[in-house]
Amino acid sequence: MATTAFQKIYTKLTQITKATCMLRATEVGAEELALVDGRLAQVVKIDGEDVTLQVFEGTGGLPTNAEVTFLGKAPSLRVGDDLAGRFFNAYGHPIDGGPELQGREVEIGGPSVNPVRRKQPSELIATGIAGIDLNNTLVSGQKIPFFADPDQPFNQVMAMVALRAKTDKIILGAMGMTNDDYLYFKNVFTNAGALDRIVSFVNTTEDPAVERLLVPDMALTAAEYFAVEKNEKVLVLLTDMTSYADSLAIVSNRMDQIPSKDSMPGSLYSDLAKIYEKAVQFPEGGSITIIAVTTLSGGDITHAVPDNTGYITEGQLFLRRDSDIGKVIVDPFRSLSRLKQLVAGKKTRRDHPQVMNAAVRLYADAANARTKMENGFDLTDYDERALAFAKDYSEQLLAIDVNLDTQQMLDVTWKLFAEHFKPEEVNIKKELVDEFWQGK
Amino acid sequence: MATKGKVVGINSNIVTLIPDGPVAQNEICYVCPKATGERLMGEVIKVTGGKAYAQVFESTRGLRAGDEAEFEAHELQATLAPGMLSKNYDGLQNDLDSMKGVFLRRGQYTDPIDRVRKWHFVPTAKVGDRVRAAAWLGTVEENHQTLRIMAPLGLKGEATLKELVPEGDYTVDHCMGRLVLEDGTEQTFTMVQQWPVKRAMTCYASKPRPFKLLETGVRTIDTMNPIVEGGTGFIPGPFGTGKTVLQHAISKQAEADIVIIAACGERANEVVEIFTEFPELVDPHTGRKLMERTIIIANTSNMPVAAREASVYTAMTLAEYYRAMGLRVLLMADSTSRWAQALREMSNRMEELPGPDAFPMDLSAIISNFYGRAGYVYLNNGEPGSITFIGTVSPAGGNLKEPVTESTKKVARCFYALEQERADRKRYPAVNPIDSYSKYIEYPEFEEYIAKRIGPDWTSQVGELKTRLLRGKEIAEQINILGDDGVPVEYHVIFWKSEVIDYVVLQQDAFDEVDAVTPLERQEDIMKVVTDICRTEYRFDSFLEVSEYFKRLINLCKQMNYAVYGSEQFADYKRQIAEMVESRKA
Repeated sequence: MATTAFQKIYTKLTQITKATCMLRATEVGAEELALVDGRLAQVVKIDGEDVTLQVFEGTGGLPTNAEVTFLGKAPSLRVGDDLAGRFFNAYGHPIDGGPELQGREVEIGGPSVNPVRRKQPSELIATGIAGIDLNNTLVSGQKIPFFADPDQPFNQVMAMVALRAKTDKIILGAMGMTNDDYLYFKNVFTNAGALDRIVSFVNTTEDPAVERLLVPDMALTAAEYFAVEKNEKVLVLLTDMTSYADSLAIVSNRMDQIPSKDSMPGSLYSDLAKIYEKAVQFPEGGSITIIAVTTLSGGDITHAVPDNTGYITEGQLFLRRDSDIGKVIVDPFRSLSRLKQLVAGKKTRRDHPQVMNAAVRLYADAANARTKMENGFDLTDYDERALAFAKDYSEQLLAIDVNLDTQQMLDVTWKLFAEHFKPEEVNIKKELVDEFWQGK
Repeated sequence: MATKGKVVGINSNIVTLIPDGPVAQNEICYVCPKATGERLMGEVIKVTGGKAYAQVFESTRGLRAGDEAEFEAHELQATLAPGMLSKNYDGLQNDLDSMKGVFLRRGQYTDPIDRVRKWHFVPTAKVGDRVRAAAWLGTVEENHQTLRIMAPLGLKGEATLKELVPEGDYTVDHCMGRLVLEDGTEQTFTMVQQWPVKRAMTCYASKPRPFKLLETGVRTIDTMNPIVEGGTGFIPGPFGTGKTVLQHAISKQAEADIVIIAACGERANEVVEIFTEFPELVDPHTGRKLMERTIIIANTSNMPVAAREASVYTAMTLAEYYRAMGLRVLLMADSTSRWAQALREMSNRMEELPGPDAFPMDLSAIISNFYGRAGYVYLNNGEPGSITFIGTVSPAGGNLKEPVTESTKKVARCFYALEQERADRKRYPAVNPIDSYSKYIEYPEFEEYIAKRIGPDWTSQVGELKTRLLRGKEIAEQINILGDDGVPVEYHVIFWKSEVIDYVVLQQDAFDEVDAVTPLERQEDIMKVVTDICRTEYRFDSFLEVSEYFKRLINLCKQMNYAVYGSEQFADYKRQIAEMVESRKA
């Protein structure tokens, strides 16, 4: 980043903390970028002439006489069609050895969409995974995270979903990702021959933690370019948002802010909402769908990060290893897609909502039966049947290796109902039972 | 001369200003980044040692120390006039539809009302009348509702109406008449009123205890824990338990003249759902389109945090304006926790000493003042008017022992506790029937009213259902410990009777056209069916028979709930249920 003529150069830092530094300067704008000894930094507080800068790389080795120049702009990205197929770092600079971007420069973290200019999401995103398509249908313009423990294969599932979904662009925002996972994504995308519709912004565990604060905004600025200007359907993958929140906590801590729950900043909700609310369906056809990952510690969803996320996103997907079948399944109890009713039974067959609910209810009966069994009580005939149903349901529908279209998923569910239950046990509207019950 | 100021500090959206003249707490100001020429609205929230701290309602990106500020010498005001129904406003009452572009550009402010449209005014007061603030002077029609044109809301004492325009078509800014005040000075007025949003509008004669049922069509509310016109209620619940679906159901079905929805720090797509559906949906009570009676205040979670606080006050002020016209207003705020969080963010940036969970110390007082603005009132002319307020609370981690829930519990009279476990088992609406309560059901005023409307034993029947639910829950726990055959068969019957109440009365399919709305008469009918089932003594030989029998019975009852009320089918299911009960009678 070249400095221009007549730029004021400051050389006296008055305070240095792990993530921030302070100096006396004038004519400085809020959120403006600066270079501190060649490192990128951003203005976070102005108090008279005292300006506090957040140094993205960290302040290790920074001397008090470091050269500081202000760049007169907020963090920005050059947007254009040349983004496609490329890999960038958190600042939007290529890390794949390719040329610098040539497009128009736009500030990241731009304004939000006027709610009256949004369109209600109504297009189904098919993934072939029944735990998603059948029970928690995704809709374009939705924002939904995977809630998963770090050992679960969320990145694999996410890559699979991204490649199966029919979208024009996939934008990966990787925060604190291990280098191995980064290479995994790169491989999968390359092998699928999908590289030309993928844009990646990558901050790995080897990069400074505070840098990752820029990644979601970079990814979403690129997404807005394709969705607004090209009317494309864009899928944004953000992994892992817990690392992002951890960086927020670091910065707020360095700035002496009073932490709220779980040492997270009091503004966590707004900070996360600003990112997730970029998911949108535009009337002209373009859309931004966000699938994110929030890693949990020991499945605890009451921690501030998953908790705030749950209130912002339109549902969440839980992965769980089912010991009955030895496979990872999408947990039907804790997973939820809030937008599913916009497409279930409307864009899919009309029995979808009732079949989905009935199956989950029966699966819950099986869970109760299992508790009874574990407590050493006798099982009734119904309990036995519910358990048998649950096993088949897990194996044939919930497992993440399933790949069916929604019609087939519904047919399989009706088949399982008929194999294990009587029509009056499933609590479905009579006219649907009359039409779809198999083996009358 | 208006006070001006200079920016000396910026910490996110808190801007420190040095004013050159007097400033007031809560005064509105504009800060003007020189680089772009925009004017960004803000509100003074602290003055100390010659410095004023303003929360700016927009992003402060690019603002510099040394930029200018202008003070407006008034607090944040709502503009009140005919022409607000069906509008979509942001938290500061900007008309979202008249904003340009797909994105919300900062510094863009739009007029909340239409200044060009003419309204047909019919005077109802006469020259010479003695009038007080908010006295009714005439009417205009908007969306088939009669709205009152009122004497200035800020009028002090009594005044004499000296002049009033005759019947005719006028714009809102047309001078409608002249008043002679107590001190002999004269004042003209138009249809437009201004009111500072953070002050309660108290131009009414008295505020009695509310007693009239507000029908919502949601059984778990109307039957079990009714809310009343002018009542207050809140819905806390962890995410994914159906707060928003329940709120939308209430706002669609409630028997109110005006519905104001404050989408406060929640998802934009939820507001879009209202924008999309309400113009199509029909008000079950008047047959007119829902949008005609609805005003939406949208400050979604990605819109500026400071305006989030303003949004609930703006919504309440609009509600008070319509209440002063003698209308029944329903105000919904989703979610008050986001509002509290906005307060927390501000307080934190101001480096105030925090209270519990880093919320400001006065949170509890702020919440109780706000709920206190709702209520059933008799206006100065003896007519009733009401604001029913229902807020949602999003407790962190689903833990109800957090400051926002606790402060709200102290002031709201209805409590609809949404429960994770019920939601996980898809028992919607996931309102816990045992923890939830309505204080109104204990009011003798309410009992008297409901006895007249439905029947004298209604409240005792409701009490009976609640007892059965509680007993059912206790027995379910015993069965869990002792096993199915460890308890007497009668216990299973008691448990399954409570399941009947749960499945038939409490659970309701918000997405089924018929089941979504249950009018009061139908609730009465369902109550009768369920009470008959519960009061019957059955004979069973084993617990297996019990569950098998009741599952079939519940299935029949559910089919009844899905059937159109008054149809052949409905009657048929009722008959089948009665027969089934008869067949097992002891």
